[in-house]
Amino acid sequence: MRSEEKLGDIPAKSGDRQMTDKGQSLRGLGSLLKRRNLKDLLAVVVPVVIFSLAPHFYSNEILLISIMIYVALAEGVNIIYGFTGYLPFGYVGFYGVGAYATSLAILDFNLPPEVSIIVGGAISALVALVLMPLLRLKGSYFAIATLAAAEALYAIIGNPSLKSITQGPYGINIGSVYSSGGSYVVAVVLLGLSILTVIAVKRSKLGLALRAIKNDPVSASLSGVNVVVERTKAWLISAAIAGLAGGVFAWTITIFYPSAVFDISISVFAIVFALFGGVGTTMGPVIGAVVLYGLYSYVGVTQPQYFQLIFGAIIVVFVLFVPKGIVGLLGTAINRLGSLGQRQRG
Amino acid sequence: MLFEYAVVAGVLFGLFYAFLSIGLNLVFGVQRIVNLAHGDVIMIGGFASWELYYTYHISPLLSVVLVIPPTVLAGFIIYRLIDGPLSRAQDPEMLSLILFFGVSQILEALVTIFLGNNQRSIPDSSLVHGPVHFLGQSYPGVWWIVAGASIPMVGLVILYLYRTKLGTATRAIMADPIEAAAVGIDVRKVSAITFGVGLAITASVGAIAPFMIGGVDPSEGVNLTILAFAVIVIGSLGNIGGTVVGGLIFGVAFELAQLYLPSWSSLIPYVLLLAVLLFKPSGVLGKRVRSA
Repeated sequence: MRSEEKLGDIPAKSGDRQMTDKGQSLRGLGSLLKRRNLKDLLAVVVPVVIFSLAPHFYSNEILLISIMIYVALAEGVNIIYGFTGYLPFGYVGFYGVGAYATSLAILDFNLPPEVSIIVGGAISALVALVLMPLLRLKGSYFAIATLAAAEALYAIIGNPSLKSITQGPYGINIGSVYSSGGSYVVAVVLLGLSILTVIAVKRSKLGLALRAIKNDPVSASLSGVNVVVERTKAWLISAAIAGLAGGVFAWTITIFYPSAVFDISISVFAIVFALFGGVGTTMGPVIGAVVLYGLYSYVGVTQPQYFQLIFGAIIVVFVLFVPKGIVGLLGTAINRLGSLGQRQRG
Repeated sequence: MLFEYAVVAGVLFGLFYAFLSIGLNLVFGVQRIVNLAHGDVIMIGGFASWELYYTYHISPLLSVVLVIPPTVLAGFIIYRLIDGPLSRAQDPEMLSLILFFGVSQILEALVTIFLGNNQRSIPDSSLVHGPVHFLGQSYPGVWWIVAGASIPMVGLVILYLYRTKLGTATRAIMADPIEAAAVGIDVRKVSAITFGVGLAITASVGAIAPFMIGGVDPSEGVNLTILAFAVIVIGSLGNIGGTVVGGLIFGVAFELAQLYLPSWSSLIPYVLLLAVLLFKPSGVLGKRVRSA
């Protein structure tokens, strides 16, 4: 009995592992792995199915697409912040670059929008590669440096001197390729892809290496983990997701100004959603984005300052008291209930 | 002639930038607190100054001093509240960064809710009438007044740090909090006071900042925070004297960029910040290189 109880306790302590019921973990490692497969499968399939069917019940497609974009962004923040502890304040920079790269691929090279969005993701990853030296910085310097980098990207892309290339501050118009059905499909793909990526990172050697680095970079590097290389991988993946999300936004909206895609509150939203749901978990950012952005779109659009207040409070409260987010909170509650039930049975 | 004008303007603004950033450096130096709400404290100082001017006809120059006592007290209390969680954290520096990012959102939201989303400005005539002539050029009078006010304020901070007992204790904590505690310094109390002083000097610059940045509005915080970061990183983090050098370098670079590359001048703070972080993370005056 004692050893069984210990087995059951392990997932609760290492919070980033999937939460498992006491009863399930007793059946041994084989079923644990199967259960993990099932959970991961559901984590991808359930949101994708729900969002695929949603337009039949709810007509505001733009809102649904926005939620999916924010799920992707929150998952992207999750990959870099949740797994490495590096907080990218300037995450919005990749989103903006993705939106612009996608639009310019459509306008200048007549590429189909779906391909252009992939180009957007690739260009964002390329920009992340250029900004790679930032990863040498310590966490807090990194956060501020990325913010400066995002503002610099905005100042470059929105610069009147580049009017001939980017239209400068006068905005982009890709109305000729507008397709509400098409952009909805790619948004669902983006949603599934972002969740899948987090699962893949989590289960891969990369995820293991990143967790080791986050816990103790010195010990990790002594055990043969190349700290900079592993961090860079997470950084590039996360930037590519933001680029794709920006591309999907561009295709959905078709007319936008640089101020709309380089708005620092996009970073804020993505970070808050990830923190609220729980960083380092698969479903946390999904729950955070759906709940908070849904709430925001119902009450927050007319009076954003109240939401800013709530978001600020969420950051302070969650960082201080609920570092594992809603998912962590639920996991602890389930585990407590489980051990309570077991005690009663025993 | 234009070149001289840009340099003089850069020096005037540089003094102001030093005043604007020194509080951030003070707060960072003591307990490695990254105050991302720095710009919002400046903004609140600006609104306080606006209210005092329009309601009680108090000169903004007087407000520079008036906002200090309440902010020191507020800072002292805030520090006591966050001290516990911060000292228990695995990475206090990172935690403080996210925490104050949340605080910055809260402050911006509260000011918008209570005072509205409009930009407000205080007329230049509240400080000085007419331009100032210097070396055959004419400059807005407020530039000289603000730069003139910045010198004694920055000087007072430096005097406080290097000529008072409390300042010596503060510098001891900056160098090594554990050794400071070992020689009998009440680290918690001195840190709380320094945090309060750091915030107060920041609110204080806010009272005259509207003259230099064209007004005060609730959303100005983020950009001012980045600007202040650029200045203290250039001057080197934790080095209070370096902030003056950082401010002057930044001010002159910005004015020259505005003269020769006007459409790219908005890039200057970000590029300077990134360049210094990447190539000389210890700052222009720094000796030790921070481990990345």
